[in-house]
Amino acid sequence: MSTRAPARHARRRISEEKTAQRRLALWLCAPAALIMLLVTGWPILYAVLLSLQRYDLRFPDERAWVGLSNYAAVLTDPFWWNAFWVTVVITVISVAIELVLGMLLALAMYRTLIGRGVIRTLVLIPYGIVTVVAAYGWRYAWTPGTGWLAGALPPGSAPLTEKIPGVAIIILAEVWKTTPFMALLLMAGLALVPDDLLKAASMDGATAWQRFWQVTLPLMRPAILVALLFRTLDAFRIFDNIYVLTGGAADTGSVSLLAYRNLIGGLNLGIGSTMSVLIFLTVAAISVLFIRAFGISAPGTQGERR
Amino acid sequence: MAEIVLDKVTKRYGDTVAVAEFSLHIADGEFIILVGPSGSGKSTVLNMIAGLEDITEGELRIDGERVNERAPRDRDIAMIFQSYALYPHMTVAQNIGFPLKLAGLDKAAIAEKVEHAARLLGLTPYLDRKPAQLSGGQRQRVAMGRAIVRSPKAFLMDEPLSNLDAKLRVQMRTTISRLQKDLGTTTVYVTHDQVEAMTLGDRIVIMRDGVIQQVGTPQELYDRPRNLFVAGFIGSPPMNFLPGELTVDGVRTPLGTIPLGSQMPRGTVEPRRVILGIRPEAFEDAELMRDREPGVFYTGTVDIVESLGAEKIAFFDLGAVEAVRSEHLEALSRDRGTQDMAAESAQLTVRLDAKSKAAEGRPLKVWFSPESVYLFDPDSGATLTEHVVAG
Repeated sequence: MSTRAPARHARRRISEEKTAQRRLALWLCAPAALIMLLVTGWPILYAVLLSLQRYDLRFPDERAWVGLSNYAAVLTDPFWWNAFWVTVVITVISVAIELVLGMLLALAMYRTLIGRGVIRTLVLIPYGIVTVVAAYGWRYAWTPGTGWLAGALPPGSAPLTEKIPGVAIIILAEVWKTTPFMALLLMAGLALVPDDLLKAASMDGATAWQRFWQVTLPLMRPAILVALLFRTLDAFRIFDNIYVLTGGAADTGSVSLLAYRNLIGGLNLGIGSTMSVLIFLTVAAISVLFIRAFGISAPGTQGERR
Repeated sequence: MAEIVLDKVTKRYGDTVAVAEFSLHIADGEFIILVGPSGSGKSTVLNMIAGLEDITEGELRIDGERVNERAPRDRDIAMIFQSYALYPHMTVAQNIGFPLKLAGLDKAAIAEKVEHAARLLGLTPYLDRKPAQLSGGQRQRVAMGRAIVRSPKAFLMDEPLSNLDAKLRVQMRTTISRLQKDLGTTTVYVTHDQVEAMTLGDRIVIMRDGVIQQVGTPQELYDRPRNLFVAGFIGSPPMNFLPGELTVDGVRTPLGTIPLGSQMPRGTVEPRRVILGIRPEAFEDAELMRDREPGVFYTGTVDIVESLGAEKIAFFDLGAVEAVRSEHLEALSRDRGTQDMAAESAQLTVRLDAKSKAAEGRPLKVWFSPESVYLFDPDSGATLTEHVVAG
């Protein structure tokens, strides 16, 4: 007992110190957390509240709590589902293309010995241009009569006014703009692969192709998943490219554009908020899927390589 | 199993020469050690044999065939890296079996060979683990397993033991030595540790600044170092170097005048400056000498004594004598990181029998034979003595 007592005492002192430190940490984080709650938490909550009401600014007197009937209205609406699937198609195709192109660019940037700085700068230029500006560039390019790309098409075609060509051009603009971002994230992943491992693999008899698929890719997995997550979330919320390129004409609008049209154009706060909440839930579901199913760890934590 | 021939192999990076006209004939089954301080080009030579670096000039032949232009995978050589370079996403079994999988063997054959290699290296209980769950020594053995599993023509090892602690290193040294003898596979082993070099190799190649200094068996290098660099590199504690003057009747040194041994060149009328080298183990405590053999005695005050149980190592501070400075020795102390510690005055290290009564601060009389003295040219560093190895 007599020998144990001081030890217990010491342990208590350590835990007291720890508690004090934890308290200090809380106090230091509090202002930031509070501001976050005010500027993001409250609008989210407010949107949820609005989504449960009938609230159209054109008929302010008819405002009332209607429970989940807004959700029923949106989820049975063909316009919503069209926008939803268009968004999904844009997200999946553009992220897939970006992954492949981004990987090629990353490899090129990582492996070049000559003019590395110049190549990296060149690759990053599209990412440095404001999306709306770039989108106008694409719009003019595809406008019949004046555009340099439209001129290459058979006369009489106006791709931005048709659904499938329109979506294709939106995807093209997305890919052109964000591939550099993907490449940058993937290049960080390439740096995770030790040179010795690639040398060992070539000694073990692996061709360049086998080295890439059996050593480089598995080791880059955490970086690839983080890049995919970032890009998927971003792509799903696509707005400005579509707004400028087609304005959502010919059923090419995304869910974000639809929510915007209802909220700002239609002044229907209830339905618009419902859509926003649904977008929020979809994005949250994507994140959970990535984190749970693929087991990505948040950037900064020690990823378990399994 | 293969014979590896390097014929005037040169590696240049731009204008800098990393390896200059390296010629070596490695016999089938031989264990060759490349040793030298960092930057001596030993790893470059290894990488050129592996095919990981291009050969600028000269020819590399394996079993008589020129392989300069062949990719590493077409040379059938296995390599063990200092970092082990295990694939972190694969289990031990998958790591060891990777070369076989790439070679297109079927699963049953791979499993059988992996099993065999694992048994040889005592890795059987760990086959399902990931490298991250293994200790340093176990990872090292997995790396060896991956090398031996496909029975390559040769093994290349790049400082495979330098990430292990001292005790494990000694243990793994014997493991590697036994494995190499059992398998009889030609092995080229790179290290900067002279003890590793002495204990492992059939022959040692000492390199400095991309140039071979001397090739020979460990005993040859120890007995007949061709120059100051080799003499200072081989042996622990290292050889003592003192300034001296070669005259007609002997060598005048801070330890007294040493009569001309049979291995020494004849003195000239004009005294000639030399560097004198004498190994710590050439000394003996004069008190312990039963019959007075002819030799030279030196009495000095002992500075420090290190008692190692089986032997004692005593250090003398030679006070007024200036330490020998030579560019050939500086390369060595730079690698050991001791260049800032270089004493102003010369030091003498002697290795004595444990029975010696040497004590710090006390005078001690030591004996050595003139026959164990080496003389070097102070400018070129070349040896001036002709040691004949008995037996």
